[in-house]
Amino acid sequence: MNVKIENLTKVFPGRDRKSEGVTAVDEFTLDIPDGKLVCLLGPSGCGKSTLLYMISGLEHPTSGKIFFGEKDVTDIPPEKRGVGLVFQNYALYPHLTVRQIIKFPLENVKGEARLSKEDMEKRALEVAKLVQIDGLMDRKPGQMSGGQQQRVAIARALAKMPDVLLMDEPLSNLDARLRLHTREEIRRIQKETGITTIFVTHDQEEAMSISDMIVVMKDGILNQIGKPQEVYDDPVNLFVASFLGTPKINIFKGFVKNGGLYVGSDDKAEKILDVNGVDDRQVWIGIRPEGFEIAKDGKLTCSLKGVDVMGRDISVVCSHPADDEVIRAIISAENDVDRDAQTVRFNVKPHKTFIFDRETDERIRFS
Amino acid sequence: MSKKTLSGTNGVATNIRGWVYLLPALIFLIAFMVYPLIDVFIYSFEEGYNSASQSSFGVGLYNYQYVLRDPYFLKAVKNTFILVIITVPTSTILSLLIALGLNSIRALKNLFQTVFFLPYVTNTLAVGLVFMILFRKTPYSDGLVNALIGKFGISPVDFIDGPYWAKMLVLSIYVIWIVMPFKILILTSALASVPEVYYQSARIDGTSSWRMFWRITLPMISPMIVYLVITGFIGAFKAYSDAVAIFGVNLNAAGMNTIVGYVYDMLYGDGGGYPSYASSAAIILFAIVLTITVINLIVSRKATDIT
Repeated sequence: MNVKIENLTKVFPGRDRKSEGVTAVDEFTLDIPDGKLVCLLGPSGCGKSTLLYMISGLEHPTSGKIFFGEKDVTDIPPEKRGVGLVFQNYALYPHLTVRQIIKFPLENVKGEARLSKEDMEKRALEVAKLVQIDGLMDRKPGQMSGGQQQRVAIARALAKMPDVLLMDEPLSNLDARLRLHTREEIRRIQKETGITTIFVTHDQEEAMSISDMIVVMKDGILNQIGKPQEVYDDPVNLFVASFLGTPKINIFKGFVKNGGLYVGSDDKAEKILDVNGVDDRQVWIGIRPEGFEIAKDGKLTCSLKGVDVMGRDISVVCSHPADDEVIRAIISAENDVDRDAQTVRFNVKPHKTFIFDRETDERIRFS
Repeated sequence: MSKKTLSGTNGVATNIRGWVYLLPALIFLIAFMVYPLIDVFIYSFEEGYNSASQSSFGVGLYNYQYVLRDPYFLKAVKNTFILVIITVPTSTILSLLIALGLNSIRALKNLFQTVFFLPYVTNTLAVGLVFMILFRKTPYSDGLVNALIGKFGISPVDFIDGPYWAKMLVLSIYVIWIVMPFKILILTSALASVPEVYYQSARIDGTSSWRMFWRITLPMISPMIVYLVITGFIGAFKAYSDAVAIFGVNLNAAGMNTIVGYVYDMLYGDGGGYPSYASSAAIILFAIVLTITVINLIVSRKATDIT
């Protein structure tokens, strides 16, 4: 089922009458196509969980509308929306067995839609098989690992066959290895069931690797929507560019003058690219780590701090007066870097270089 | 091997230090708890023990035979059991209902919490006096409670010096009233400690509030309920001051004596001076409480098996 969000706003009231409310989600408009896995991505406190909870119905929006398909569900209580929600800490009832937990939502159903006892058992076993916990049906949550509990939580959410599956940072309580494995599992389960899934995370790598579509948020405002690669290759502003990608994008101070892009701020500024169609102005220059090429007569001169060998690639760690942070350049290991040299010179790849307005942080496109 | 020896000595040293730390508490416990307990146990088998001369006529089960045949003791046992059976479930259920109510209101929550906690910090005898004034019927006045039930056409009853069931009713209400604040306090915090996310999850899954209570709330707070029931049983079996607060010290005359009251009477009461009988009664009480507690634990362990 496709989910449509229109001008959704959530303002949490202040603690007392004097203090101002907090706008967690601001005029959010979004269209999530049927059967896709969409990630809501943003730093802590950006309102992504609030948005998810509004879609689930646990939070009521201050204004705006939510549609499931053609149906306006804004004022429909959560139990009637047909959503499954996987909580960050799973919320598995500690005193029930896996079987009882998975059946719990089924037993709530009243009237004709209620399954017979045998069918409930059958359904519970089906979803348990799907998430591969059918061997643990009589265990209690305390007797399972984090990854297994996570699967039970997903199984419970799937048991009632929701139209929309919502997941609130489902991997954040798992260790690194399990997280990698589980995110593949979530991807597989989502593909097998074809349920529209909305997944909240602050981990850009997680979002990039499993989602069909990424929604990048900051301070309750939608910044960019798109396929992971598109968002990475074509960020709309400085925030999106720096939030996505590991190692992080390198940000330099610079300016545009007479169709040339300069790194630095004074007369020693180095011209690194020709940029056509951009007026003279102060800018931020973002260069992805893979956007550097080592060259003897390179246009950008950095002081070399070290070289990390990573097998296939090498990571050149250096610094530049126009960037307060450490610069990381990822280049092919075939390049030979003189580790004892004081400086290293680069040319930059135009499609890996983005310029942003110094004031508004908005992307400025060049040709 | 050297490593093993090392850790061994280390362990012994830690052990000794641990015991040294525990020593002050242990000395007091042994002197004031263990030793008297053993002593009471011994007295209970010594016939006609005299604490002044430290002498007795012999050893045997005579004390137990006497106590178990004493109509006053049997009356006290009956009273105590009735009191336990009425007050423990009633006070626990009422406290749970009040705690649920407190947990679901926002406005004035703190005020009500304080109001419900007040009896806990009020002197028992003062409360008893108030109860007596409320329930007593004198030649001059029928008392407030009688005036109230009179409005429903019920003829006045002397709750303090009247029929047995009227007196038992007052005593039960008094005990329930006295023990509820603590239970409400414990249950309110137990309810507040159930993570909100369980209820959110249940809401998403369309769980009715009735089912939420039975399948989530109750199991989650069951360890606390078990704790309250067990301590409630023990407390009610030891009831004494409550009866004194309402009916005065001559409980046998009022027919409202309790087991602890009987023990006291045997030691210091008008017909007192029988430490052997008192010890036997105390040991019998101990056996009853122990049995009930063990049964409680077994039943509750089955009911609240979480792991």
